[in-house]
Amino acid sequence: MLHLYGKDFSNRLLLGTAAYPSPQVLREAVESAGVEIVTVSLRRESARERAGQRFWELIKDLGVDVLPNTAGCRTVKDAVTTAHMARELFATPWIKLEVIANDDTLQPDLFGLVEAARILSEDGFKIFPYTTEDLGAAERLVEAGCEVLMPWGAPIGSGQGLANVQALASMRSYFAGIPLIIDAGVGAPSHAAQAMEMGYDAVLLNTAVAKAGDPANMALAFAKAIEAGQLAREAGLMEPRDMASPSTPVAGTPFFKLDNAS
Amino acid sequence: MSKKPIVIRGAGIAGLWQALVLSRRGHDVMLIERSAKPFDQSCSAVAGAMLAPFCEEESSDALIRQLGLRSIALWREIYPELNCNGSLVVTAPRDRRELDRFARLTQGHNQLSGEELGALEPDLADRFAAALYYPDEAHLEPQAALGFLLRMVRDAGVEVRLDTADVPKSYARLIDCRGLGARDNLSGLRGVRGERAIIRSDDVELSRPVRLLHPRFPIYVVPWPDQLFMVGATALESEATSGVSVRSALELLSTAYALHPAFGEAEIIDVDVGLRPAFSDNHPRIVVKGDDIYVNGLYRHGFILAPVLAEMVAEHIADGTEHPEIFVADCRER
Repeated sequence: MLHLYGKDFSNRLLLGTAAYPSPQVLREAVESAGVEIVTVSLRRESARERAGQRFWELIKDLGVDVLPNTAGCRTVKDAVTTAHMARELFATPWIKLEVIANDDTLQPDLFGLVEAARILSEDGFKIFPYTTEDLGAAERLVEAGCEVLMPWGAPIGSGQGLANVQALASMRSYFAGIPLIIDAGVGAPSHAAQAMEMGYDAVLLNTAVAKAGDPANMALAFAKAIEAGQLAREAGLMEPRDMASPSTPVAGTPFFKLDNAS
Repeated sequence: MSKKPIVIRGAGIAGLWQALVLSRRGHDVMLIERSAKPFDQSCSAVAGAMLAPFCEEESSDALIRQLGLRSIALWREIYPELNCNGSLVVTAPRDRRELDRFARLTQGHNQLSGEELGALEPDLADRFAAALYYPDEAHLEPQAALGFLLRMVRDAGVEVRLDTADVPKSYARLIDCRGLGARDNLSGLRGVRGERAIIRSDDVELSRPVRLLHPRFPIYVVPWPDQLFMVGATALESEATSGVSVRSALELLSTAYALHPAFGEAEIIDVDVGLRPAFSDNHPRIVVKGDDIYVNGLYRHGFILAPVLAEMVAEHIADGTEHPEIFVADCRER
């Protein structure tokens, strides 16, 4: 079970809701993969006028847990304001906290992120911070009250997979008791399976499904890969060796090289 | 009038085509429109008005392509100003894979080298290494086309009543083409905000619409008469009608600038916002409720769907035909 802020989930694929051909296609993707949590980003102008209401109603109609997102916020103030609007609109203390530092990589601003996490945490928010694999920043996020961490695999929408596997592995070992979710950069189901094999708790993605030729089937492919990776982790993966080790011993086999001898 | 008329509500692209098709088939038609000035409150007036059924398949499906191709034929029959030069899709070298993806998801295109692109659009020579060319697509200038249709409709004997929302008490059929104006009658209808800019440049010549693919902002530039260029369009899941945001303006204008640096010197003529009426699958629907017929959910495809939907309604009135993918009894189900 995936345990997030006191709530249990059996599906470990979290899906973003942007950039699908239509809300109906989004629904089909969510249903085919059995997704239980979706993220929704708020544009502040829409939130203020409640002008995105119809789309948000469609999201609520999905019947899954909604994780509102401060996507695109560039300052602490922006992120905090957006988080408050999201709490009001979706009646949830959950917030995916994004504070963006760089326009080209959409890299998180770790300083702003920690500050915003502190402010929102004191205000009762349950924070899912979009961060990097930096352990120092992650520690400060935990100190600030985050009970979940969401390091990137690679830059948002890049589809590169896990760009820094060693650092992500360190992060997993270091934060053994904290749910870790790979957020962003995942392009193929194999990337998601790899994250799960490494012991990550879940994977959050959007573009790889939304922009697929067949989003519903791509979502299903990700769900299966995540399940496979999780199962492999639980079953215990073998350790790589630097020499061959045949599963059946050959030395001393009576009919060894029988074909060649004849 | 001895016979009861067919009344059409809404003189946007759907209502005008509906009035034209029905009057040409010999029906008595009345067209009523809430605005005093035609197209004042119509999202059709701020449309990109590309007739691009092949390109649209990237984010929709085969149905839109098939209906769109039929509509281009209908436009050709009536509209002499239709520009049939095809359309182009290009991308910055860094985003080359976006072009491959677009090619994979669409039909009806030829792959062009940078040189071939330069032969087609000299001002884009040496600017892009590759392009997709859709020779069978078309475009038009929406205000001019709407004005043309309104004149045609009047010439065909349709009574056009502006500045009124009053439906006559007695009518043969009521066809509601009001877009979001009909939201209280149609469940599941939502608005999808779109923003566009119009700029004027004497330094750039284009003969056909150009889409510049970008992972974040897929934006197109459509050449209009008098050296005007329409730059569109955002698609935001929002029903806000507030003015164009700075962020959107930056996206639109910087994309035009990326397409051709001379657009940096262009004059900004207008920026505007419209709400596209859409159902949850972004497909159009014809909803029949007794004698009333609703044509709605044309989303971003008003100009490539209006003619064919008008034909479908006319055929339905004539002999009850119902296209299974478009006609619904309840607009939530299909």
